[in-house]
Amino acid sequence: MGAVVIQWQNFHLPCRRPVFDFQLMHFIHSCLSSVSGVQIQVEEEEEDSEESSSEEEEKLPRRESLRPKRKRTRDVINEDDPEPEPEDEETRKAREKERRRRLKRGAKITHIAFPASPVWDSGVGLNFRPEFESQIFEEWKLKKELFVMLEAKQFVNANEGALGKGKGKQWFAFKMMMAKKWAKFLRDFENFKAACVPWENKIKAIESQFGSSVASYFLFLRWMYGVNMVLFVLTFSLIMLPEYLWGLPYGSLPRKTVPRAEEASAANFGVLYDFNGLAQYSVLFYGYYDNRRTIGWMNFRLPLSYFLVGIMCIGYSFVVVLKAMTQNIGEDGGGDDNFKFSWMVFTSWDYLIGNPETADNKFNSITMNFKEAILEEKAAQVEENIHLIRFLRFLANFFVFLTLGASGYLIFWAVKRSQEFAQQDPDTLGWWEKNEMNMVMSLLGMFCPTLFDLFAELEDYHPLIALKWLLGRIFALLLGNLYVFILALMDEINNKIEEEKLVKANITLWEANMIKAYNASLSGNSTGPPFSVDPADVPRGPCWETMVGQEFVRLTVSDVLTTYVTILIGDFLRACFVRFCNYCWCWDLEYGYPSYTEFDISGNVLALIFNQGMIWMGSFYAPCLPGINILRLHTSMYFQCWAVMCCNVPEARVFKSSRGNTFYLGMLLLILFLSTMPVLYMIVSLPPSFDCGPFSGKNRMFEVIGETLEHDFPSWMAKILRQLSNPGLVIAVILVMGLTIYYLNATAKGQKAANLDLKRKMKMQALENKMRNKKMAAARAAAAAGGQ
Amino acid sequence: MGNKQTVFTREQLEAYQDNPFRQRIAQVFSEDGDGHMTLDNFLDMFSVMSEMAPRDLKAYYAFKIYDFNNDDSICAWDLEQTVTRLTRGELSAEEVSLVCEKVLDEADGDHDGRLSLEDFQNMILRAPDFLSTFHIRI
Repeated sequence: MGAVVIQWQNFHLPCRRPVFDFQLMHFIHSCLSSVSGVQIQVEEEEEDSEESSSEEEEKLPRRESLRPKRKRTRDVINEDDPEPEPEDEETRKAREKERRRRLKRGAKITHIAFPASPVWDSGVGLNFRPEFESQIFEEWKLKKELFVMLEAKQFVNANEGALGKGKGKQWFAFKMMMAKKWAKFLRDFENFKAACVPWENKIKAIESQFGSSVASYFLFLRWMYGVNMVLFVLTFSLIMLPEYLWGLPYGSLPRKTVPRAEEASAANFGVLYDFNGLAQYSVLFYGYYDNRRTIGWMNFRLPLSYFLVGIMCIGYSFVVVLKAMTQNIGEDGGGDDNFKFSWMVFTSWDYLIGNPETADNKFNSITMNFKEAILEEKAAQVEENIHLIRFLRFLANFFVFLTLGASGYLIFWAVKRSQEFAQQDPDTLGWWEKNEMNMVMSLLGMFCPTLFDLFAELEDYHPLIALKWLLGRIFALLLGNLYVFILALMDEINNKIEEEKLVKANITLWEANMIKAYNASLSGNSTGPPFSVDPADVPRGPCWETMVGQEFVRLTVSDVLTTYVTILIGDFLRACFVRFCNYCWCWDLEYGYPSYTEFDISGNVLALIFNQGMIWMGSFYAPCLPGINILRLHTSMYFQCWAVMCCNVPEARVFKSSRGNTFYLGMLLLILFLSTMPVLYMIVSLPPSFDCGPFSGKNRMFEVIGETLEHDFPSWMAKILRQLSNPGLVIAVILVMGLTIYYLNATAKGQKAANLDLKRKMKMQALENKMRNKKMAAARAAAAAGGQ
Repeated sequence: MGNKQTVFTREQLEAYQDNPFRQRIAQVFSEDGDGHMTLDNFLDMFSVMSEMAPRDLKAYYAFKIYDFNNDDSICAWDLEQTVTRLTRGELSAEEVSLVCEKVLDEADGDHDGRLSLEDFQNMILRAPDFLSTFHIRI
């Protein structure tokens, strides 16, 4: 039969890559079989099979699962055809007739003949069995031959280097070397990226000493540092740096100069600490920026950049928090409690622990957990006096509400007082009066949680539930404080806006005077110095945005100081006292009261979250805030790491904190949402000050976008965008979004229900199996007993 | 890790951890099952216990670690050993047996008195803190 056996023994391939062999074989196979319908039988060399030795199969499955599977197909190797039967005359004649008929039709050719033309001998060297050389060659049309030959030439040219012959060899070797170098570079880059992650050793040390729950706070801190770093880079490079480099310098405009009245004290430390004076009239705050549309030789559009960076910071924060949350969602197992004891046995040991003391604590806590669980199992559900419990819980909640209300009122009162102080002369105020509001807020945040802890004693919940209640209450406290603070700020802003009108009237009067004086100087001697007004003397309008920025910056700074002082006094001094006075004290200080402090994870995490909320709120009005926060997080990391290792002891009762991560991220998302609402409201509805900032002179801050569209974009784009903001279209889009949300919600609910259904079915199945097995076991036992 | 040597012995590993399962870890990851690890075994161990290892892989190795008698199933005796080591002998024998019974009750799907790999995986992959506790950071 017409079969061609291509013997590969003479085909020396220096490269042993099986992929290449496959390609070449496949190519020849396909081109030959596409021309005719002939089956190609291919003989192959025995190659070393690198990967599938049988010993590997018995080893642990890691290699297969970790390495990606490479597909390899090998053509069937059939060495010999069965020998053709000897034909008699009739069959031979029939065959010839058939062949001639087929040739006339020009259809499938049942065999291939290779003309021994010079064309074939260059390049691809194929040996073929001499039996077939005698075939007639003209059956194969010249066009097809040329086509196949061209394809073969192309293939050989492309892969010549791999063959080891001809001019492609060096290029191929070069390509291989570059591929290897590239792989090595990628690996080194991955190592470098892993080494760049900061504070890895510190966190590891903390993990080994305190377990994974305390370390989760530091991991969270490091993640926040990353987010803040991005915010800082955005605000610094796109707002502060251009203004510093290309904006008008200090002293050239009235808004960029310290007013004459304050000049004497502008560089005092006290004034700078309050972010007044020179600090106020600098790139750190909103008021310094000029409202010219472009600055510098590059025509950098500062107001547009200011607005867009503000929006981008918020957008980026949303994206990054949502991404972190969705990463964790998939890991949540589904929350069924069927495996309480199994999980306690198999997942309670924390393999991260490397410190004997922590290991001791862990063993103790595991033992206690087991004992508690056993007691719960054994003891019947004794209904204790439920009315007493309910009354006590109601009482505890009542106290909590009282505390929350009291703290809210306290803050409101402090803000009102600070407004009164602002009216007075700053020199008559002491340090406390100046910083009263910030101190009040920070102290409340410090002491109320301990009060909540005290009230929780009344409630007698399971510790995990009690922890959740505590976190919820602290969250409500901090949220309430934040919003009272914002309300007070809004009050002040409105006051300032009212003030603006008066100041505007004053300024027109003053300008009129100046014009009179200017005209007088012109008509007088012309050799005198030109009439000019020093920028420091120009009366200034009030700037509520800078005031808002200053408030947030002051709050952040005082928060930082309070935290550090608390740690120093509450943790460090207490630890020193317990350690050194233990020798001369009546009772054992280390085990009784006060003993060493435990690291309060939830308190610290909440403080971190709320500080971040303040950063988000204030960074539109004070571009320096992300930078300040970066400094704060950086020092906080080192300081708290030191404090934790030096002054704290591992917690006696260790709780599962894995679900805490999603909880904290959820709170962060809520705070992000709640902090951007006031900012967006202020951008959209309040008029910017007329005398300061990049939006001065406009009616609303977002008008800068419209202005850019008009001036900088081609007119057709502006027309299109104006059409897009057509109310009809916007309403339609909102409707579609609402429908999509409803649909996705329904789908999710349906899927959850189906999930639960399946779980229930599985449980029923397991129960059925259990019953069946029991029955069978009983039957077997009965049979065995009967048999005996 | 000491001077240059190609085999990390069991005694050296014990000096580094207070883990109650340290011997089992060494035995599972060593080639000869004896606790002596070559560099490859060492790397395998850290690769499985690292953050990036997939859950199934970790579950597989956790199963091997908790299977003290190497019979490819966690029987009641294995459970007793685990619980005893976890509590360092603080629980009474009756309590230990109660815990083991509860575990078998909860997780044994085919009710043969032992946990097979499927039962174990089914149970452990739902645990919320399995990944965070079965993890060594390098």
